[in-house]
Amino acid sequence: MTGKYILEVEGASQQYFDQSEKSFQVLNNINLQIREGEFVTIVGPTGCGKSTLLRMILGSERPSAGNVLMDQKPILKPDRNRGVVFQKYSLFDNLTVRQNVRIGLELENFSIFGNLLNTVFPGWKYEEYSTLVDEYLERVGLLQHGDKYPYQLSGGMRQRVAIAQAMIMKPKVLLMDEPFGALDAGTKDQMHAFMLEQWQQTGQTILFVTHDLEEAVYLGTRVIVLSQYYQGANGAKIVKDFNTPWPHPRDQSVKEEELFQDMIKTIRNQGLNSNYLLNQEEFDLSHADAIQLAS
Amino acid sequence: MLSVTKRSSWTDTLLSIFLFVLIIILYQYFAHQRHLLNPHDKLVPTFAQMLDAFTRSTFEPDRNGVYRLLDDTLASGQRVLISMVFVFGGVLMGAYMGLFPVMDKLFYKFFLFFDKIPALAILPILFIFFGLGEVSKVALIVIGVVPTIILDTYLRAKAFPQEQVIKAITMSASKSQIIFKIILPKIFPMALDSIRLNFKAIVLFLISGEALAATAGLGYRIFVVRRYMAMDIIISYVIWIGLLSYLIDAGICLWIKKQYRWYNK
Repeated sequence: MTGKYILEVEGASQQYFDQSEKSFQVLNNINLQIREGEFVTIVGPTGCGKSTLLRMILGSERPSAGNVLMDQKPILKPDRNRGVVFQKYSLFDNLTVRQNVRIGLELENFSIFGNLLNTVFPGWKYEEYSTLVDEYLERVGLLQHGDKYPYQLSGGMRQRVAIAQAMIMKPKVLLMDEPFGALDAGTKDQMHAFMLEQWQQTGQTILFVTHDLEEAVYLGTRVIVLSQYYQGANGAKIVKDFNTPWPHPRDQSVKEEELFQDMIKTIRNQGLNSNYLLNQEEFDLSHADAIQLAS
Repeated sequence: MLSVTKRSSWTDTLLSIFLFVLIIILYQYFAHQRHLLNPHDKLVPTFAQMLDAFTRSTFEPDRNGVYRLLDDTLASGQRVLISMVFVFGGVLMGAYMGLFPVMDKLFYKFFLFFDKIPALAILPILFIFFGLGEVSKVALIVIGVVPTIILDTYLRAKAFPQEQVIKAITMSASKSQIIFKIILPKIFPMALDSIRLNFKAIVLFLISGEALAATAGLGYRIFVVRRYMAMDIIISYVIWIGLLSYLIDAGICLWIKKQYRWYNK
């Protein structure tokens, strides 16, 4: 079966130490396999370690036990293959929108000579990037805002720039840590439509962490629920792992369907509710790639 | 702003220059009164005398054919300029210390300790080691100010959002790119601000150094003419030093405002 998964998490656990040097387990034996091109959303109650899982896949954090693999190679550090969009500090505020989108290209094709030339003749070397940068700005609908600084943008616009900034590098996997967490409902809907459109155009593998259940079910082709509430709990586990049945492209009307509402209700009642999980012996891991562990 | 109605700009201007004008008028009044009693009074020169002293030192060469003010300003300016090279080196040092844990461990305590030693207390050591020449005077400024600048930049670099560093790494940034393309461009206006605020210390160390051993310089001059109680020269030089410092401060402010529009937003 191995070989076709772009990301694999094998028995990964994570421990932190609090101020009194006592350790506590955040993630407990997480097993996860993700195929190329999937749009995976990860939800769970507050503090269940969904961001920790994302950071382990990003490489900015190492699991205390277990492995995280990308293309069968262990992930040790953040690198070029995995782009990221954070909720906060997503943009470089000393750069304009255009420079923010361009910076990845500059960093990748850096030469001291080119940099010097460009200081003397501004805009000389970056000419070659401008078509591509404009294309991405167009795509996120911010072409006419190219010369603004992040402080002049609204929250939704900033996140769109951040997405363009990550996407222009065409990373194999795009990791998003509650990117729309701070946006209002209307802007969020726009961003969802935008995100699905981008995903369909690029076919990228996306890992999307959120605490918003509706967002998770609406966006994801696959939803993973993490929870730290279960019998004999010691760090969060994957308690649900399932496909969403609606074909892409989806539109807002999906949210009105009974099945959609039911799905959210089920997650809320079974994934986030401690009473239910504490009485469960087995978890509902209906996804084909989910790893069933004999407990 | 608490006030809803906006005062017109000329009243604001008037308010901000009011104290200057008041001091000048009072001073001139008392100077005039003293000169009525004693026309040769040296302690409180009138503005006419100060202006005269200033023009003499500016436009008339002295016995050695040297235009004093220009000569002194250039001598002091050169010292400040050389120490500025070290100050900007300090900014770079601070950024490196903030990013690399090894540099942090190696240098942080060291500079923290150095920062606590009053630089003037080291001056005798500097004079013994480097003699009374230029090296000692520049070294005094550098030792007095650079640790502060390093520590300040270090803290800024430390507080730099980790998310942005990680983001840069996912876009294939190397370590030196993170310093030069990500961290420095963002903390540079902050560094400029702290250089601006520390400029007073730079001038302070400059004048102390010059007062003790120099053959030219703004600080040297005011301490030399003290022997002749030449208050007219001293005061005009003090105003000149203040004016220069003020202009440099305003210049840096303007630089930040023009070049870093996003800063302080």
